Amino acid sequence: MSNRSVVRIAYEKKQKRKGLLIAGLSSLLVLAALIVLVPLAPGWEKVQKSFFDGEILVSTFPSLLKAFLLDIAIFLWSLPAIAILGLLVALARDQKSPSMFPLRAASILYTDIFRGVPVILTIFLIGFGIPGLGLQRPWNSPYLWGSVALVLTYSAYVAEIIRSGIESVHESQRAAGQSLGLSSTDTMRYVVLPQALRRVVPANMNMLVALQKDVALLSFIGPVEILRQAGVHKSLLANFTPYVGAALIFLAVTVPATRYADYLLAKQHRERS
Amino acid sequence: MTRNVPLNKWLQLVVAGAALAMWSNVHAAECAAGKTIKDGVLTIATGNPAYYPWVMDNAPDSGKGFEAAVAYAVADRMGFGKDKVEWTSATFDQSIQPGAKDFDFNLQQFSITEEREKVVDFSEPYYSAPMAVLVRQGTVDNGATASIDSLKTLKWGIDSNTTGMAMLSETIKSETDPLLYDDNVNVIEAMKANQIDAGLFDLPTAMYLSAVVLDDGVVLGQFPADRSDNPDQFGLLMEDGSALKACVDEAVLSLTEDGTLASIEAEWLQQTTGVPVIE
Repeated sequence: MSNRSVVRIAYEKKQKRKGLLIAGLSSLLVLAALIVLVPLAPGWEKVQKSFFDGEILVSTFPSLLKAFLLDIAIFLWSLPAIAILGLLVALARDQKSPSMFPLRAASILYTDIFRGVPVILTIFLIGFGIPGLGLQRPWNSPYLWGSVALVLTYSAYVAEIIRSGIESVHESQRAAGQSLGLSSTDTMRYVVLPQALRRVVPANMNMLVALQKDVALLSFIGPVEILRQAGVHKSLLANFTPYVGAALIFLAVTVPATRYADYLLAKQHRERS
Repeated sequence: MTRNVPLNKWLQLVVAGAALAMWSNVHAAECAAGKTIKDGVLTIATGNPAYYPWVMDNAPDSGKGFEAAVAYAVADRMGFGKDKVEWTSATFDQSIQPGAKDFDFNLQQFSITEEREKVVDFSEPYYSAPMAVLVRQGTVDNGATASIDSLKTLKWGIDSNTTGMAMLSETIKSETDPLLYDDNVNVIEAMKANQIDAGLFDLPTAMYLSAVVLDDGVVLGQFPADRSDNPDQFGLLMEDGSALKACVDEAVLSLTEDGTLASIEAEWLQQTTGVPVIE
């Protein structure tokens, strides 16, 4: 190694240390300012009592954790349905032959409607409306139809993501597949989809994080999941601390998921560049 | 033997009584002076929408409906005439959030509880609400009766902002967990969808829902307020440590004592008799 490069490496190391030091110091300063200044605000005591009551947090936390199991359950059984329906809609939209036009039009209509309508309206409409047509128990369950509403909405988004993945695979790949004698179905299955799906993994991870939170919307039609449980505590105790507890539980799940999505995205960028 | 009281004695009594009434009115007006958020005006909040029979047609300034009438009566005792009352709206969450409020008091069937009293102030109660069970005719046909044994087997739905939860878990002890909703409308919608058998409301609300909103609604029974362990009493909600509390309490107490509250109740909440009591 030449003398010059040794000097350069040492210099860069020094610069990096300096940068870390400054970043650390400035973060510390901001944090200290927050900790010192916020409690100085005249209303802090009241806010603290309403949002950060340690006793209430401890006493309500176990029931929140228990209610969160329902969120996880809804999430887990909706996920495969979203993946399958999303893929089917994306494939329907990719139909190129004129005879398949109705299928293609239907899938376009589907994605337009379910992406355009607020999730909460879909949940009310399907969660109350379809059972209201006269279904008998247990087929009118709000768990069932609420999940259906989530699946319909999210598969519309996922379908669009997968479609963008399919379109990102260069046309020459299909041509290559066909020239090898593969049918168009096989070309899609063995050539296009494996590449397309891999490309849209990071985008779908984002949907996953969003779904984790939107599961809580099912509470509007009855199920007592974490947000509702927190709301009950809030109402009886006239205190918002249970929501803070619920937020902590959500963060414990969504932050790692978001970090993982970021990691995948960065990895993809590196591979492409 | 009767004793004739001379006419001038009567006159004296009447004058003294009138003077006392005027003095207490003036006193009440003085009590509230400078303590309202807007000088010379009493700002009262209720829900939006506000429901029958508490407020008619969602127009509290008409003074029609039980809570609208109570609000004006309280304001009057505090020395605020009808033209000195302003209305605003507030949700449940807005009402219990920390910090300054944009109303002097707020009435929307807030039940007084010990826990809530740590965060806000409540006046003396202006109404004791019996809890009532609302079902559809189909549930009655299936054999539901106004007894705890029958009620505990039903599938329940409740507005999660109410104290009905405690009633359900402590008195009825329902066998399945209830479904919870944001407001009465959603509870009714779930009843229509047959997702729940029964809902728990205060009696006047249950009467209204069964008569107007549900085609086949039946008020199965009621838990009289004076018989439950934690009677559901409605109070006017104020900011924690409100300077007005003493004046409002005085006004509510005097309305209770002279029978004004009872007559307002008779005017707006009278159809509540004849509902079977739950044993």
